[in-house]
Amino acid sequence: MMKTFNLKYIGLFIAAAAIVSCDIEFEEPIDEAGAFTPGEADFSNYVSVGNSLTSGFADNALYLDAQLQSFPAIIAGQMEFAGGGEFIQPLVNDNAGGLLAGGVQILPNRFVLASDGMGTPAGPAVYTGQAPTTDITNTVTGKLNNYGVPGAKSFHLGAPGYGNIAGVATGQANPYYVRFATAGTSTVIADAAAANPTFFTLWIGNNDVLSYATSGGLGVDQTGNLNPATYGSNDITDPNVFASVVSGYVTALTANGAKGALINIADVTSIPFFTTVPSNAIPLDAATAGAVMSNPQIQQYNGGLQLAAGGGLITPAEAALRTISFVAGQNFMLMEDEDLTDLSGLGLPNLRQTNDTDLITFTSATVIGTTVGGNPQLIRGVSVPLEDQNVLTATEQAAINAAQGAYNATLEALAAANGLALVDAKTALATVANGGVSINGGVLTSTYASGGAFSLDAVHPTPRGYAFTANAIIDAINAQYGSTVPKVDVATYRSIQTSDAVN
Amino acid sequence: MNKLKALAVLLLISSMAYAGGYRVSTQSNRQLAMGHTGVAVVNNADILFFNPAGIVHLENKLNFSAGGFGVISSVKYQNSEFGTSSETESPTGTPVYAYGTYKINEKLAVGLGIYTPFGSNVTWDTNWAGSHLVNEIDLSAIFIQPTVAYKLFDSVSIGGGPIIAIGGVSFNRNAGRSLTNEQGERSNVAIEDSGVLAYGWTAGLMFTPNDRFAFGFNYRSLINIESTEGTATFSNFPNSSLTPDNGDTGFTATLPLPAEITVGLSHKFFNDKLLLAFDYNRALWSEYESLDLVFENGSTSINPRNYKDSSTWRLGAQYTATDKLILRAGYYFDESPVQSGFFAPETPRNDSNGYTFGFTYQVNSKLAVDASFLYLRFKEIDESYDFFTDPGASSPSTFGGTYKSQALIPGIGVTYSM
Repeated sequence: MMKTFNLKYIGLFIAAAAIVSCDIEFEEPIDEAGAFTPGEADFSNYVSVGNSLTSGFADNALYLDAQLQSFPAIIAGQMEFAGGGEFIQPLVNDNAGGLLAGGVQILPNRFVLASDGMGTPAGPAVYTGQAPTTDITNTVTGKLNNYGVPGAKSFHLGAPGYGNIAGVATGQANPYYVRFATAGTSTVIADAAAANPTFFTLWIGNNDVLSYATSGGLGVDQTGNLNPATYGSNDITDPNVFASVVSGYVTALTANGAKGALINIADVTSIPFFTTVPSNAIPLDAATAGAVMSNPQIQQYNGGLQLAAGGGLITPAEAALRTISFVAGQNFMLMEDEDLTDLSGLGLPNLRQTNDTDLITFTSATVIGTTVGGNPQLIRGVSVPLEDQNVLTATEQAAINAAQGAYNATLEALAAANGLALVDAKTALATVANGGVSINGGVLTSTYASGGAFSLDAVHPTPRGYAFTANAIIDAINAQYGSTVPKVDVATYRSIQTSDAVN
Repeated sequence: MNKLKALAVLLLISSMAYAGGYRVSTQSNRQLAMGHTGVAVVNNADILFFNPAGIVHLENKLNFSAGGFGVISSVKYQNSEFGTSSETESPTGTPVYAYGTYKINEKLAVGLGIYTPFGSNVTWDTNWAGSHLVNEIDLSAIFIQPTVAYKLFDSVSIGGGPIIAIGGVSFNRNAGRSLTNEQGERSNVAIEDSGVLAYGWTAGLMFTPNDRFAFGFNYRSLINIESTEGTATFSNFPNSSLTPDNGDTGFTATLPLPAEITVGLSHKFFNDKLLLAFDYNRALWSEYESLDLVFENGSTSINPRNYKDSSTWRLGAQYTATDKLILRAGYYFDESPVQSGFFAPETPRNDSNGYTFGFTYQVNSKLAVDASFLYLRFKEIDESYDFFTDPGASSPSTFGGTYKSQALIPGIGVTYSM
């Protein structure tokens, strides 16, 4: 009898255990269907199309870790909460970055932030901790979702042969697209459309002005030239060409009724490539400045300018602009400017000093203040002018801004006409550049290396910068389609990578 | 992170955290079944833990009691802003106890207790959203308590003894929210120590003005587990002088096991068939201000905790149904020592309600089997830990979301008296 009683209690124990050991349930569980919704959109097959920014390119290379944190991969991960499907990228092999063609390296490894070995950052350096293994002769086949091709300009996406390995050596083809082109004659946009997206993002046009900008305006503003086949690699794409091709891409991507987002083009002044090196980067003490100014060539040049102005060949303003002056303290740099009035008839070169309106390219940092041939009298930026490629002048910036403004107007119109979300990356990145954006545990700025948003190539975002971009895109998508795709905690994505595995 | 220390090889059974912080109130099957009251309840040798003054009130000359529990617990986390979620995978913990007392004469008794009042065992998914705070933690402490009790007067006894604590810890977490090596693998720090010895004491008083009423008071001292001999393992840090080197290094850390004050009373009714008990505990958790890990490689990890003193209110009832069967039930409300903004997922405890019941089956005049069951219920809570600063970051970040926990603790033990 007592035994029975005992058994009853044991039974009660077990019953109670069964009841309470059931899964814990939240009042509003987020892993339940309907917790996040796609609204009018269908995220089941998201396809991203674009250039390096879409591919996840960072630190001057395409490498695995950053690729896995590309903005489309981040967005796709969040879309999974609202009906999103698998997202397949043409992943490279390793974290060295760099590309091989038939075993020969054709593109360099990624940058890492090296230190002096004593705990102080030294600067960017090419990572050598690992040999590159991604060979473009090993192509990726099968379903893909990310059609981001580093280096692509707007018209490249529709160019047959852009993925033909035979054209890589001549610059007619893009080695990144070679890796996953469906055929030697395929186009990026046709491949992407064939992936049959239910949702897409298209971010293209950055390189249509950026290559001109990063070359310091070496290229030509091709506005008015409607034949991109004649363009050089550093040229600005004609806005009508841009409008024509991008309109075609939107048509192709929406052919099956896909929704999507168009992302506009940010200002070049939003990237550290143009904001890191100041235009007055030359410090001089009084004695050195005096020695420089005593150079007879400078005196002759300054004197010649006054004569030219007096003779009406140039305005007094231009004479003032061109007059060379080095003083104690920070000095603007001597440079060549092809947009100045040609005074070679007077034996006067096209020289002036940089000023506040000039943007100095990031890569000039390694040149400024160095000597030519070891001659201490020949110092770049002081006695030897900086070259065109070192400086993006106000005139060149104006050409960029005009084209960029036209591209963005086109994107806005296309988004409106097709019921697509428009992502204002220009404003978002300008906010990062101007004071920064507060994130969980700090501030995201565009300051080189330490700001968090930009990778060590000074042009492309870090994974953290891409996460910020992804949130901006998610916001625009949610606003356009009434979806509730959750954003990401930007600060949990990494910024630059440190490593002393460098040469 | 915590640091406790490590230890105990054989005995060491990991325990789990229930009751605020990492205090685990499972020191008796009989008393747990009564809401873990006991400072004024003379049932068996378990009184040695609840109130050392009580052992002199045990009727028999020799009393033994031993038992254990299976702790089945889990914690769920989700963040609806970012869509992140995780759930602990908690191995079953098994806190144990064993007590023995010997009455030398009517006024003097001695005893020895071994029990595991502190512990925590929480395993989240590796690299989950809060992995910069904890991936996995296993704290344990075994207490050994020699005890003596003396009857000052017929109605007043006192008792106490030293406590030898043996602590152990293993703890693993990522070094930051985004720090990785060149391969994108999360940089990680794991610490481990065991067999750390520390000492404290306990003292109690029991007042029994008549056969039906008892009043008890017990104080248990603070014990600081100071870990100095353990190993910290740094892994997946980049090959850079800007970050710590990979490999093993030493560390120091101190984890306080807080002092605790208990007062309570019991009263018998209905021909002594029914006993009601009430206990009030005050745990002096405010000692736990910060968990500071100092590594020999020069790095540190400062983790503000800022715990507050917290209270537990316990009610218990015991009904002698037959000569052979005693039934028990109880309830307690356990206030969490964790303050808002300091809610770290290594001890994700908010206030909880404990519902208990159990019974004793008297096998013969000497031997009894004790069983108990605790269902510990936590309300869903939105909380965060706001004091983690990433390496190199200028300001702390917050990690928060919605947490929900529960624990289910069945226990079994034996009592032997002669």
